[in-house]
Amino acid sequence: MGALLLITAKDLRLRVRDRSVFLLAIVVPFGLAAIFSLVFNGVDDQARPTFAVADEDRGQIAATFTGQVLGPLERQGVIALRTAGGEREAAAMVGRGDADAAYVVPAGFTRAVLGGHAAELRVIGNVDAPIGSFVARSVAEAFVADVRYVRVALATKGGGTPEEALRVPAPVGIEDFAAERRQLSLAEGFAAGMAVFFLFFTVQFGFSSILDERRDGTLARLLAAPVPRATIVFGKLLGGVVVGVVSMTVLMVAADLLLGAEWGNPLGVGVLLVAGVLAATGVMALVATVATTAEQAGNVQAVVAVLLGVLGGVFIPIQQIGGVFAVLSLVTPHRWFMQGLADLHGDAAPVLAVVPTLALLGFAAVTTGVALLRAGRMLRP
Amino acid sequence: MGTAGLGPLPCVPPPDQTARVPRAEILKCQNLRKTFGDLVAVDDVSFTIEAGETYGLLGPNGAGKTTTISMIAGILERDGGQVLISGRPHGTTSRWGKKQIGYVPQDLALYPDLSARENLRFFARLHGLGRAEARARIDEVLRMIGLTERAKDPVKEYSGGMKRRLNIGVGLLHRPPLLILDEPTAGVDPQSRNAILESVAALAGEGVAVLYTTHYMEEAERLCDRIGIIDLGRIRAEGTRRELVGLVGELDRISLTTGGAQAVPKELETLPEVRKAGSHEGRLEVMVEDARKSLPRVLAAATDAGVVVRAVEVHEPNLESVFLHLTGKALRD
Ligand SMILES: Nc1ncnc2c1ncn2[C@@H]1O[C@H](COP(=O)(O)OP(=O)(O)OP(=O)(O)O)[C@@H](O)[C@H]1O
Ligand SMILES: [Mg+2]
Repeated sequence: MGALLLITAKDLRLRVRDRSVFLLAIVVPFGLAAIFSLVFNGVDDQARPTFAVADEDRGQIAATFTGQVLGPLERQGVIALRTAGGEREAAAMVGRGDADAAYVVPAGFTRAVLGGHAAELRVIGNVDAPIGSFVARSVAEAFVADVRYVRVALATKGGGTPEEALRVPAPVGIEDFAAERRQLSLAEGFAAGMAVFFLFFTVQFGFSSILDERRDGTLARLLAAPVPRATIVFGKLLGGVVVGVVSMTVLMVAADLLLGAEWGNPLGVGVLLVAGVLAATGVMALVATVATTAEQAGNVQAVVAVLLGVLGGVFIPIQQIGGVFAVLSLVTPHRWFMQGLADLHGDAAPVLAVVPTLALLGFAAVTTGVALLRAGRMLRP
Repeated sequence: MGTAGLGPLPCVPPPDQTARVPRAEILKCQNLRKTFGDLVAVDDVSFTIEAGETYGLLGPNGAGKTTTISMIAGILERDGGQVLISGRPHGTTSRWGKKQIGYVPQDLALYPDLSARENLRFFARLHGLGRAEARARIDEVLRMIGLTERAKDPVKEYSGGMKRRLNIGVGLLHRPPLLILDEPTAGVDPQSRNAILESVAALAGEGVAVLYTTHYMEEAERLCDRIGIIDLGRIRAEGTRRELVGLVGELDRISLTTGGAQAVPKELETLPEVRKAGSHEGRLEVMVEDARKSLPRVLAAATDAGVVVRAVEVHEPNLESVFLHLTGKALRD
C-alpha cells in the first residue's frame, strides 16, 4: 500500500508541475460549458416556444396546471399557449409545427391524483424543436414535483408519520413521447457533458504514464524496485482516478455556484461521479494498451474520447435524435453518466441513480480487467 | 561449454592469489539465456561475484550485456538458467532479492521535472527506507555524488555529467550488497569518469559486490578484479586481466593503418609467424609471436599484396588483443 501511494503521489506531483492538467481538467470544460449555456440561453429568449394544451380532464388539478403553472409563464412572455380540442388535435398541431410541444391532461386525471393513484401528464415533443420540447418537459416536471409535494403534506396531516408519507408514490407521472423521462436544464446538460467529455482526457495520463516511464527509462527502476508489478499498475491508475475525481468535483460545484446548476442528492451524485471516473479510467487504460509509445497512446485515446463523447451525446442531446443513436449511446459511459444525473434531478429524485451507477461500474470493471491482463506487455524495460 | 575457442576458457589461479580468503558469494548466474524472436541475445551465460569483488562484463555494442544485467536485476523474464542472490533464487517477482541489488541503468532513468532530492526521495522510499532514514541517506548520497548544492534544482537543468552522477546515486541509496552498473561512464568527461571509477572502487573496498559492464577496455582493466569477455551473447573467456592476457600466449599485435577498408590478404594470413589476422576500420590487426622479429616480413607481405601501409603500431598484449584473439574482431566498432 505504501509503495502504491508513493507512486501515485509522485505521479500527481509531476502532473501538478505540468500545469496543462489544470487547463484540461478544469478551465477548458468549465469555460466551454459556460459559453454553450450562454449561447443557448440567448436562443431561448429569441424563440418563444408555443405549447398546445388539450385538457380532456376538465378537473380541478388540470385547471391548476393550466391556470397557475402555464398561465403565469404565458403572461411573463416565456411561452405562448394554444388550446387543442383533444389529444389528437394537439398531436396534429405539434406535427404541423404549429406548436413546439403539447400537453395532454387525460380524462380522469384529477380523480386519479386526488385518489392517490398514479396519473399521467403527457408531453408531446417535436423532434424538430428540441429546445421547445425541452422547456415543455421541464415545466411539466416542476409541476409533477409540486403535486407530489401536496400529496406528501396531505398524508402527514391525515395522521400518518412522515416516513409513511415519504412512501406514498408520486401520484402524477409524466409520459413523454419524444424522449426520456427526466432531463437536465440546458446549462446543467452542457456543464455535465463537457465535464464528462474532458474527464476522459484528464484521466488518460494515469495508466499511460507507464509508457512515459518506459520512454524516460524510469520504468526499469520501478521494475527493479522491491515492489510487485500490480502495485505499479494500480498506483498509476489511482493517479488518474484522483485527478478525475478532483476535477469533476470542482466542475460540478462550480457549475452549481456559477451556472446555477442543481445536481440532486450529493451522495448519489458523488457515487455516480466516482463510478464515472472509474469507467473513464478503465476505458482509457484499455485503449493505452494497444500503444507502444506515450504519443501513440495519446493519439488513440483522443480519438476514442471524442468518438465516445459524440456518441454519448455530450455535444448534441442524443436522445433527441432517437433511433440507432439512442441505442448506440448506451455503449458510452458518457450517456450513463448524463442519464444518472438526470435521474437524480428534481425534487422527487431518488438518492442513488442505481442503474446508471451500476452501468458505469460495469464499464470500469470490464475495461480495467482487460487492461490489467494486457498490461504485462507494457511492463518491460 | 568446452568447445575450444568458443566456451569460456579454463583459467589457472595465479600464484599470487593463493593467500586470498574466500568471501561470501553474492551473485551466481547459471546458464542464463534470453531470446528475442530468432535472435539469441544471451546464450548460456554463467558467472559468480563475491562480496568486495568487481566483475566486469566487457563486450561490444549488442553483445548482450544489458540483457544479461536486466535478467539479474529482475527486470526482464529469462528464457533459461537461474540467478541466485546470496544463495537464494531470484527473479522478476523476488522482493528480497531486489532489495539486495542496486541497479544503475545504462540510459538515464530520472524524472526530469523533479529535483535531485525528490528523485532520490522517491526511489529511497520505494526501496523501503523510512522517512528519517531516507533523509539522512539522501544527504550522504548527495555528498558522495557532489550534488548537495544543486539538490533542489530540477534535474532537467543539470548537465549531462551531473545527471549521470545522480543516476548512479539512486542505485546506492539502500546500501545494496550487490551493485549493478551498466556502462555508467558512457558520455562522461574524463574527470567525471575518473571520479565515478574511484567511487566504485571505494564501494568495492567496503565489501560491495559490483557487476560492471563496459566496452572500454581501460576501465575493465583498471577497475575489475575479474572480467568476462562477452560477444554475441556468450562469455568467450573469463578471468583476471593477467589470466586473460595469458590466453593470447606471448603474442604481440601489429596494427597496420591502411587508410581504407581492406580485407586481410592471403599472403599475410599464410605467413608462418602470423597466428591470426583481422581487419577493422582501415586497420589490419596481425597477431605474431614476436613483433620485432616478424615486422619486416609482415610489412613485406602486406606490400606485396598491394596494401598501402600508412602507419605501423606494435602493441603488447592487452584485453583488446585478447578480444581479437577470441572473436576475430576488434572490441570497439
Ligand atoms: N527488447 C528487445 N527486443 C529485441 N531485441 C533486443 C531487445 N533488447 C535487446 N535486443 C537485442 O539483443 C542484443 C543484445 O542487446 P544488449 O542491449 O543486451 O547489448 P549490450 O551489450 O548492452 O549493447 P550496448 O553496449 O550497445 O549497450 C542486441 O542484438 C539487441 O538488438
Ligand atoms: Mg547495453
